[in-house]
Amino acid sequence: MEILVILVPLALALGLAGLAAFLWSLRSGQYDDLEGAAWRAIADDDPPQEAQAKR
Amino acid sequence: MQVTRDFSHYVRAAGQGLQHIDLAVEGVHCAGCMAKIERGLAAIPDVTLARVNLTDRRVALEWKQGTLDPARFIDRLEELGYKAYPYETESAEATEVAESRFLLRCLGVAAFATMNVMMLSVPVWSGNVSDMLPEQRDFFHWLSALIALPAAAYAGQPFFRSAWRALSAKTTNMDVPISIGVILALGMSIVETVHHAEHAYFDAAIMLLTFLLVGRFLDQNMRRRTRAVAGNLAALKAETAAKFIGTDEISQVPVAAIRPGDIVLLRPGERCAVDGTVIEGRSEIDQSLITGETLYVTAEQGTPVYAGSMNISGTLRVRVSAASEATLLAEIARLLDNALQARSRYMRLADRASRLYAPVVHAAALLTIIGWVFAGASWHDAIVTGVAVLIITCPCALGLAIPTVQTVASGAMFKSGVLLNSGDAIERMAEADHVIFDKTGTLTLPDLEVANAADIPADIFELAGRLALSSHHPVAAAVARASGAKSPIIGAVEEAGQGVRATLDGVELRLGRPSFCGAETLIGAGDTLEAEASVVAFRKGSEKFILSVRQGLRPDARGVIAALKARNVGIEILSGDREPAVRAAADALGIAEWRAGLTPADKIARIEELKRRGQKVLMVGDGMNDAPSLAAAHVSMSPISAAHLSQSTADLIFLGKPLAPVVAAVDFSRKALHLMRENLWLAIGYNVLSVPIAISGVVTPLIAAAAMSGSSILVMLNSLRARSVSQERV
Repeated sequence: MEILVILVPLALALGLAGLAAFLWSLRSGQYDDLEGAAWRAIADDDPPQEAQAKR
Repeated sequence: MQVTRDFSHYVRAAGQGLQHIDLAVEGVHCAGCMAKIERGLAAIPDVTLARVNLTDRRVALEWKQGTLDPARFIDRLEELGYKAYPYETESAEATEVAESRFLLRCLGVAAFATMNVMMLSVPVWSGNVSDMLPEQRDFFHWLSALIALPAAAYAGQPFFRSAWRALSAKTTNMDVPISIGVILALGMSIVETVHHAEHAYFDAAIMLLTFLLVGRFLDQNMRRRTRAVAGNLAALKAETAAKFIGTDEISQVPVAAIRPGDIVLLRPGERCAVDGTVIEGRSEIDQSLITGETLYVTAEQGTPVYAGSMNISGTLRVRVSAASEATLLAEIARLLDNALQARSRYMRLADRASRLYAPVVHAAALLTIIGWVFAGASWHDAIVTGVAVLIITCPCALGLAIPTVQTVASGAMFKSGVLLNSGDAIERMAEADHVIFDKTGTLTLPDLEVANAADIPADIFELAGRLALSSHHPVAAAVARASGAKSPIIGAVEEAGQGVRATLDGVELRLGRPSFCGAETLIGAGDTLEAEASVVAFRKGSEKFILSVRQGLRPDARGVIAALKARNVGIEILSGDREPAVRAAADALGIAEWRAGLTPADKIARIEELKRRGQKVLMVGDGMNDAPSLAAAHVSMSPISAAHLSQSTADLIFLGKPLAPVVAAVDFSRKALHLMRENLWLAIGYNVLSVPIAISGVVTPLIAAAAMSGSSILVMLNSLRARSVSQERV
């Protein structure tokens, strides 16, 4: 049962990492345009370099 | 005179020597458009950012300060085939974006906590009946507390704040029972954990918050999205004015940048964007959008002109008056305020449900506690059972019942060309049993059409159309459009207030007033001409023809009226136009009840009369004069061509030429209201089943969690049915 002392904090740490990633993506505006993001993912070629540079 | 365009009003500094502008773009629908626009704009030197937002249909642009004129982006987009216009975020929209982000952040935190608390709860549930040691159970409970307490403190903020506001104002709302339930459940769970009890309710409390936040976020997001699209449409109507910046130099500026006292130029064929007084020039003005009157009025020095009126024949200089003066707008705004106040008393379905819900739940919990104490249970056990009742009757299904349906229905309506302006519009729309149409611009199209095109020889008609291409006059534009002519006649000369003339192959062509073409005698002979039509003449050499130009009915108006009648809805026309014009439209559509020559106050009086008879009125109108009656009606709808004021007042806006979206809106909202009610009954049904179990004191957190998520998921699945209505169409 001592294994819980390692596994439970590990599980929580992973969960927190996921939460941190979510909060970061929210802050960086990744949920502002869900429709556009869906299409961008399957676009054939990358948008121009200049547009990629920011955000 | 030199024309410049000045969009500096919309440009803001983005830091690091960059400037930023947001453009609303029309016609962006797919990934192809997105890539094309981004590539096209980024190809301009010095542009550092060009990013399309497909949800809001906007482009964000940044460039090095002072290197570019924003007008260049608009031109570039025009070349690419998109109409664009600078967009300024309203403060209301900015607040909603911030709020929506906050809700999403709360939802993220609550979802994280739910998952982890569940991970700890499942072993406890299964361990309690098998081999879990009490020490392990306590350890898991303490861990749950460690996760759930801070998460609930953060993610519960939207509910706690709203509940506190309601309590400080000595009222209650849905958030009060939610907050009490969550806080009691968490508090009780800590007490239980300290006493090494078998059950704790951390999982239930945090899951409740998660489900409620889903509902809250959907609700918020629907409103945010419609507001964004409606805002774009307003911007794309490109309300600009030609302002004099010197004595004879003008600049095309956005209306938002015009101040009282400025002098603007109003050219023929232009729609006036401001209220003001004519100081120079002579012309005719089409005020149909404002008064509903289709006949033109003469404008000369001293005549007041209002935003929304169309200048027909001559060029005018207009001095802009303050909107706060006793203008038509001020009068309409006053009526509008009164009407809007009357409407704010409408109680939404969700509010009504929660008003009933809160006392019932609290009473049930309290009675449970008292009952168990009388039955001989200890205070501790009685309170634990009471908390269980509060949790199992959690309002999460109730909280989801309405927003999920609204979100799904608004998406479906959007696809049929209807935009929602207010959250409770669906409910009010579904209740409507009497439809009032405005005539001008609503039953009829905002643009003119040629009524007797079939009577004119095709070659003559095409020639008239080619000649008409040389004029800005709206009647000429109608002739040009109807004839489908593409190539203008070279050397055509426009005589202000008269018409256009040209010489082709030695034959003189004239299009304009009957007197200009020497065709006065023909007018009386034309029996086919209708009362509300304008007449223009066309002359080729000695051949003379009369064209009757009028506002045509919307293509499917007849079918829509029939479809509405089939849905058991009363129909009526209230118009500010003259009697013959209204009679003709009413006869053509088979509408028995109509009134003509009404002022805005008359229209409101009629609506009030219907209200007193207990009827729920749907008002469909577009003019500025309709705005107060749109607000006074139970629910209202405007076409996208409507005056800005009407559009922002209407609950729903429909796009395109056909009138069919009115029927679609009725159908979708009726179905949606039906589903909302069904969802409420589902939620209540679940509670009725689960509450006796909770009161009897045998409920475990497992049962509570299962009942709660089961009802929520059922409600969400049921809401998806709002996507389609039975396909009985016009």
